[in-house]
Amino acid sequence: MIEIKNIQKSFKGKQVLHGIDATFESGKTNLIIGSSGTGKSVLLKCLVGLVKPDEGDVLYNDRNFTRANKELQTEIRREIGMLFQGSALFDSKNVEQNIMFPLDVLSDMKLEEKKDRVNFCLQRVGLENVNHLMPSEISGGMKKRVGIARAIVNKPNYLFCDEPNSGLDPMTSITIDDLIAEITEEYKITTIIVTHDMNSVIEIGQKVIFLHKGLKLWEGDKDNITNSDVKELNEFVFANRMMKLIK
Amino acid sequence: MRSLGKFLIFISSLFVRRESFSTYFKLTIDECIKVGYNSILIVAIVSTFMGAVTTIQTAFNLVSPFIPDYVISLVVRDMTILELSPTIIAIVYAGKVGSNIAGELGTMRITEQVDALEVMGLNASSYLVLPKIIASVLMFPALVIFSAFLSIYGGYLTSVFTGLISGYDYIYGIRAEFIEFNIFFALIKAFVFAFLVAAISAYKGFYTKGGALEVGQSSTAAVTNSCIAILCADYLLAQLLLG
Repeated sequence: MIEIKNIQKSFKGKQVLHGIDATFESGKTNLIIGSSGTGKSVLLKCLVGLVKPDEGDVLYNDRNFTRANKELQTEIRREIGMLFQGSALFDSKNVEQNIMFPLDVLSDMKLEEKKDRVNFCLQRVGLENVNHLMPSEISGGMKKRVGIARAIVNKPNYLFCDEPNSGLDPMTSITIDDLIAEITEEYKITTIIVTHDMNSVIEIGQKVIFLHKGLKLWEGDKDNITNSDVKELNEFVFANRMMKLIK
Repeated sequence: MRSLGKFLIFISSLFVRRESFSTYFKLTIDECIKVGYNSILIVAIVSTFMGAVTTIQTAFNLVSPFIPDYVISLVVRDMTILELSPTIIAIVYAGKVGSNIAGELGTMRITEQVDALEVMGLNASSYLVLPKIIASVLMFPALVIFSAFLSIYGGYLTSVFTGLISGYDYIYGIRAEFIEFNIFFALIKAFVFAFLVAAISAYKGFYTKGGALEVGQSSTAAVTNSCIAILCADYLLAQLLLG
């Protein structure tokens, strides 16, 4: 479980996050949604320690990450897997080396064990015989899958996904969403996804947090998101015609 | 001053939360190939022509019949060892390796590859930059020795083929009044220049913000700042060790 308390962050005097509180449960896909520029990615970066919040705490199973010393922060980070918006695969390494990388630097496994684990993860994300391809030789959807495989290879307790569907076609987006949801349930990990894709909310949003101008305006699940009386959330949810039709 | 402070903090960050020795060893070997082995051709071409041109220009200026021919190669030798090989090759090195380091790290930064390393719990600056600096400090002095040899040899070929001075006089001049300290001085310069190029370029690349345009700007800044640092260090070392 991840708990955040009163997270505040400002850049050059401009407040981006205004005291966000939330709890993200294990074995669930938690979505942080909102329009562009509302502070979703900043909140995600605060959660994984890429950005230090000005105020507030992030607790991983009651371990305070924000106030932890470097050793504890490193220990917690090694329980984290993250899928980046652009996949962030290492250009100089092939698919196999990319997925094996966390094992190379964080585990004592033998080469054969590492290869078995890599192949298992590749199979799990629906990829085979791509081990020796370079990131520049695979499609955007495949990069996302490789990114997911790299994120789960070290058996993380927490999975973070930053805009997992950006730049993907609708079919591939659904596949990626389903894959993340399956992995979350299968390994009982705490998954937090930042997205502005309503399809993802409808598909896998077990818990949803809506941010608007750095404020948490709504919290709930996918089933009651369409019944909210929060004006900003309704504008966001029913922005596209398909959602209007559903309504 | 603020940039200098940030640079020093960056350098100190390379030595905290390091990974295992074997991790750095493998990375350093890879970097040695990139910064050293892959620079051999350009260093060879520049050095050979540098020696050849220096020989012709020295011969052109030493026209007095009272100056023996071998002085030409003596001048070429000392110019090559004291200044041309360490400094000119350092500037070429900054153009080739410095821009490459800044471009690589800048691209990794803007494509979130650096963030990916941090999220995995690695000290990204140490993991990415320390092997580059170690490799640079190891390989550049070797390149300078290689360059000095080729430069002097280039001068020899020019002398022999153009008939400026005889091969015997050239070799006599190379061996005459040789000061061993000059080699030591050249190597000290090489160590300092190698560190400056790698560290400044890595610093510029590592803190790139924005997109492709900013990566280009970081590469340019890496080369220009490295060149200025090389020239300043060149003067300081000359003043300290020869002055």
